[in-house]
Amino acid sequence: MTATDQHIDDVLIPILEKVSDPEIPVLSIMDMGVVRSAVIADDLVKVEITPTYSGCPAMDVIGDDIKKALKEAGYKSEIDLILHPAWTTDWITPRGRKALEDYGIAAPLEAEADKAVLLDGKRLVKCTNCGSTNTRLVSQFGSTACKAQFQCDDCQEPFDYFKCLK
Amino acid sequence: MKNENLYNYILGIADNSLILGQRLGELCGHGPNLETDIACTNISLDLFGQVRSYFQYAGKIAGDGRSEDDISMLRKEHEYKNVLLVEQPNTNFAYIIVRQFLFDAYHLAFLRELQKSPDLTLSAIANKCVKEVSYHERFSSDWVRRLGDGTDESREKMQEAINDLWMYTDELFHQMEADKAMVAEGIGVDVTTLKEGYYAYVKEVLEEATIEVPESKYFQKGGKHGVHTEHLGYILAELQYMQRTYPNMEW
Repeated sequence: MTATDQHIDDVLIPILEKVSDPEIPVLSIMDMGVVRSAVIADDLVKVEITPTYSGCPAMDVIGDDIKKALKEAGYKSEIDLILHPAWTTDWITPRGRKALEDYGIAAPLEAEADKAVLLDGKRLVKCTNCGSTNTRLVSQFGSTACKAQFQCDDCQEPFDYFKCLK
Repeated sequence: MKNENLYNYILGIADNSLILGQRLGELCGHGPNLETDIACTNISLDLFGQVRSYFQYAGKIAGDGRSEDDISMLRKEHEYKNVLLVEQPNTNFAYIIVRQFLFDAYHLAFLRELQKSPDLTLSAIANKCVKEVSYHERFSSDWVRRLGDGTDESREKMQEAINDLWMYTDELFHQMEADKAMVAEGIGVDVTTLKEGYYAYVKEVLEEATIEVPESKYFQKGGKHGVHTEHLGYILAELQYMQRTYPNMEW
């Protein structure tokens, strides 16, 4: 499944784009790819969201924030958490990837490259501060479940890397 | 309850994650260093997230309004179906890693099969969890290799942990009534078929880590029947503290 399989009513897109991921405030939940459908049925908006990671504590907040944004726009809403198909980092949009990088989080690599940096210590992740790929893995687990910790050996900047999830 | 076997089957899966998640959560602020502390608690968080999905589904099946919190907090010790392995204490970092690796290797193999279940909720949960658990298994197997093939002291501690925890591995492959019923219905995973691959893989990693594979044929069991080691009571005392102190409180 790709991001194009989302069913989101056009009129709702600008409203949902204003809702951000509470842990990465520069990133809209739309760019994150967690909104799988949003449809107006009579006077109710039915929204389906999917978690990035099962235990992601941001999901409850995201649900509340969507409800609030829709209420301000005059809609009543119902939020459903769906698990299938499972979220993948492929659903992060190009704009979302750029927002991550600008915020200081390296965007996920392709699956093969991701494995090489996390398991074999390959230096492929681009430092978000100086752009060097002379970077090394500090820990496979970072400040949130979706990230790993890296450090740049050129400029010494420590930074987060968004792990590839497929 | 109409679907009692399915309900019990789900609890059998989820209780392992619940109790291991609680054990790992104890390490919050107490890990040997910052990175491993964060890793262990991240794994804990993944496991709790998975438990929520399972218990929400179990609550729906029960159909009497019981919530995920009711199922996790309001049972007595003998009603928990987790294997003895996951309730073993955080004796030292070697025990934490060995316990994690012995469970992750099983958990990953199990979820890969559960993804094929015709029960769409279970396969969706498995599909989600398998991605997370492959990270867990990478973390734990990596540390098994590092500490086993490390210093004399680290190898000695790893060998001691594996010798002590080995007897809890066989129970992972025992089937209860609910398991058998779900396998017969084509919904559940036949864990007995995973055993050979599990031990082959575990041995491969242990050998790489220069750790001797225990030869003992004596194995412990009981957790799946609700007969637990003394450790579970202490875990539940903490896990259920709020509900015992302030009954029916809601978060």
